[in-house]
Amino acid sequence: MIGSVPGANLWLPKPALQGLIDRLRELGYEVVGPRVADGAVTLGEITSLAELPAGVQDEQEPGRYRLKVIESGGYFDHVVGPHSLKPFLFPPRTTVLQVLRVRDSWEAHSPEPPRPKRAVIGVRSCDLHALAIQDRVFLGSTHRDPEYAARREGLFLVAVNCGRSAATCFCVSMDTGPAVTGGADLILTELPDGFVVRVGTEAGGSTLAGLGCQECSPTVLAEAELVPKRAAAQQTRRINPATVHDTLMNNLQHPRWDDVAKRCLSCANCTMVCPTCFCSTVNEVTDLTGEQTTRERVWESCFNEEHSWTGSGAVHPTTKSRYRQWLTHKLATWIDQFGSSGCVGCGRCITWCPVGIDLTEEVAAMEGERK
Amino acid sequence: MTSPPANPWQVMMTTVRAVTTETPGVQTYDLTFDDAAVTYSFLPGQFNMLYLPGVGESALSVSSDPGDSTKLRHTVRVVGNVTRAMARLRSGDKLGVRGPFGTAWPVDDVRGKDVIVAAGGLGLAPLRPAIYHFIRHRSDYGRVTVLYGARTPEDLLFANEYDVWCAAGLDVQSTVDIGTHDWHGSIGFVTTLLARLTLDPARTTVFTCGPEVMMRFIAAGAVGRGVSASQVFVSLERNMNCAVGLCGHCQFGPTFVCKDGPVVTFDRVRQLLLVENF
Ligand SMILES: Cc1cc2nc3c(=O)[nH]c(=O)nc-3n(C[C@H](O)[C@H](O)[C@H](O)COP(=O)(O)OP(=O)(O)OC[C@H]3O[C@@H](n4cnc5c(N)ncnc54)[C@H](O)[C@@H]3O)c2cc1C
Ligand code: SF4
Ligand code: SF4
Repeated sequence: MIGSVPGANLWLPKPALQGLIDRLRELGYEVVGPRVADGAVTLGEITSLAELPAGVQDEQEPGRYRLKVIESGGYFDHVVGPHSLKPFLFPPRTTVLQVLRVRDSWEAHSPEPPRPKRAVIGVRSCDLHALAIQDRVFLGSTHRDPEYAARREGLFLVAVNCGRSAATCFCVSMDTGPAVTGGADLILTELPDGFVVRVGTEAGGSTLAGLGCQECSPTVLAEAELVPKRAAAQQTRRINPATVHDTLMNNLQHPRWDDVAKRCLSCANCTMVCPTCFCSTVNEVTDLTGEQTTRERVWESCFNEEHSWTGSGAVHPTTKSRYRQWLTHKLATWIDQFGSSGCVGCGRCITWCPVGIDLTEEVAAMEGERK
Repeated sequence: MTSPPANPWQVMMTTVRAVTTETPGVQTYDLTFDDAAVTYSFLPGQFNMLYLPGVGESALSVSSDPGDSTKLRHTVRVVGNVTRAMARLRSGDKLGVRGPFGTAWPVDDVRGKDVIVAAGGLGLAPLRPAIYHFIRHRSDYGRVTVLYGARTPEDLLFANEYDVWCAAGLDVQSTVDIGTHDWHGSIGFVTTLLARLTLDPARTTVFTCGPEVMMRFIAAGAVGRGVSASQVFVSLERNMNCAVGLCGHCQFGPTFVCKDGPVVTFDRVRQLLLVENF
C-alpha cells in the first residue's frame, strides 16, 4: 500500500497520466491542459495524453515566440505560453447584472455565477504564485468578487516543475519558481519514463488510488530534484525585488519613461497576457426592445485612454503616463496594496510585446541611473 | 453603517421624488428607496454608484444630511453620457443605487477642533453632509469656517443655504473668479480667502474638495500656515467602475480611490499630486 498523504512522493509511469485524466473526468472535472493551437502552446480542454504537446519546445525572446519539436521529448518541455489560469477564474467577458423593465420600473439581479469543476494539468510555479496574487486581489478585501470566488472553489491543480526556462523567464529573481513549493493538489516532475508525483493536498492524493503508483527510489527522487535546478540555472534576466519599489517610485520623472514611451505602442498586449493584471470595465448591453439590459464586465487595460477617463479628460493621456502607471503598479505600488509584487517573472509581457519591450531592462536602466 | 452587500454589483432601485436645478447644468435629485426594507445610511463624504439601465453608472457623492435618513440627495453636473441622461429624469422616474462606498470626512475624530471647509465649484456637494453634521453637533466643534469659490456668481452652489449656515454658527465666505455688475462679494480664488483667515494651526483641520489644483493650493497653503499635513483632508476623483477595489481604474499610486479614498490625508498623496499625469 502506497501512502498518498500530502507531502508523499510517488512514481507514476508515463502512460498512467492518462489514468489521472480519466479519473478527474469521472470526478466531474473538465480537464484542461497544454496543447498546440495557433502556433503556440495554449490551455484548452483535453481528454487524452496524445493531445499534450510531446517534445514541443518554445523559443521565447523579446517580441518573439517560436515552437520546435524535439525527438523523444517530454510532455512538459515547453514553458509558459500566452495563456495563464487568469481567464478560467476571471473570464474576459462575464455578466455582473441583468436588468429587466417591469412596468414603470426595473428589476435588477446579479446572476448566480457558474461553479465549474475544472482541473488544470501542467500549471507552473510562476502561475501558482500569480493565482495566489489574484486570490488576494479578488478575495482578500471587504468585497469579494462573487464570480472569481465561485470559479476558484472548483479548481483542481496539477502542477509541473519546469525543466527548462525560456530566455524571458526571471522567476528565480522574483522567488516564484521554477520549483513548485505549494498551492497545487498534485505536483509532477517529468523524467524520461515517468513522473515523480508529490501529493499537495488530500483531494490530490485521493485521485491517485488505483492508478498504478509505485514507491519512488532515492535515485529517482534525487534525479527529480535536479529538474527545476536545471531550469533555474538557465535564467539570465532578473529584477531585484528588494530595490525595485524605491527605484521606480523615486524616479517617476526619469528620462527613461520618455524613452520607453517612444517604443511602446500602447497596444495593451502586455496586460492581456499578464497572469496578475486584473483591470476590467463594465459595459451596458441593451437588447433592441430596450426591455432588457445586461451589464457585462470585460477585461480592460491601463494602456487604454478610457481607463483613466474623467470629466476633465484622461488622467493618463500619454503613452508615457500609461506605461509608468503599468510598471509602477506591477512592481511597486502592488506591494503597498497587497503585500506582494504584482509580477511573478513569467516573462509573458516580454515575449508578447510586439516591439519587444522588456521590463527587466527598463528597471535596470533606472537602477543604473541611481548609482 | 450598512454592511456591504454580499454581491457588490447588486443595485437597489429608487424613485426620483424631486429634481431641483441648482446652477446652470447642475441638478439635485431627491431619492427614496422602493424597497421599504432597505435601511440605508452613509457617512459625510461617501459616494454611491447611480445607475440608469441602458445608459450606465456614475460615481456620485451624497450631498444630503447624514443625520436625516428620510432623504438621499445627489447633486450632479452634466458632463457626459450618464449625467446627461440623468438630467432628463423627472419626479417618479427610477434610478438604481449601489453604495455607500469609500472613506468619509473624519467628523468624529476632529471634535473639539477648528474646522476649515474649503470647496471649489461642485466640490461643495460632497462637503455639504459634513456641514450639516457640524450644524447638528455645533457645540462639539470650535470655529467652523466654510470657504467657497465658484467661477461666477450664478455658479455658486446651494447659495440660498449660506444664511442658514451662518445663523447656525458657521462662518461662511464665498468668492468668485469672475464677478458681475451685481456681485458685491469677494473676487479671486478660494485660496485667497484662506490666506486672509486667522487660524490656530495646532487646533485646525482642513477638509477640501474641488479641482485637483485648487486642493493642492489649499492644502499647501494650510501646511504653509503650520497646519499638519495629516490634518488636511482632500477628496480625490478618478475613473471608477466597480467602487469596491476590483476594477483597477481608480488607482492613484498605492491608493484605490474608491476604497482607500475618496477622502485621504494630504500627506498620503502630497508627493504624487506633484507628478504630472500620474
Ligand atoms: C468619488 C467620486 C465622487 C463624485 N461625486 C460627484 C458629485 O457629487 N457630483 C458630480 O456631478 N460628479 C461627481 N463625480 C464625477 C462623476 O462621477 C462624473 O462626472 C461622471 O461619472 C461622468 O459620467 P458621464 O457618463 O456623464 O460622463 P462621460 O464622460 O460620458 O463618462 C464616461 C465614463 O467615464 C467615467 N467617468 C467620467 N468622468 C468621471 C469622473 N470625473 N470620475 C469618475 N469617473 C468618471 C464614468 O465611468 C463614465 O461612465 C464624482 C466622482 C467620483 C470619483
Ligand atoms: S509583469 Fe510580465 S513577467 Fe511579470 S507577471 Fe506580468 S506578464 Fe509575467
Ligand atoms: S509594453 Fe509592449 S505589449 Fe505593453 S502596451 Fe507597450 S507595446 Fe504593447
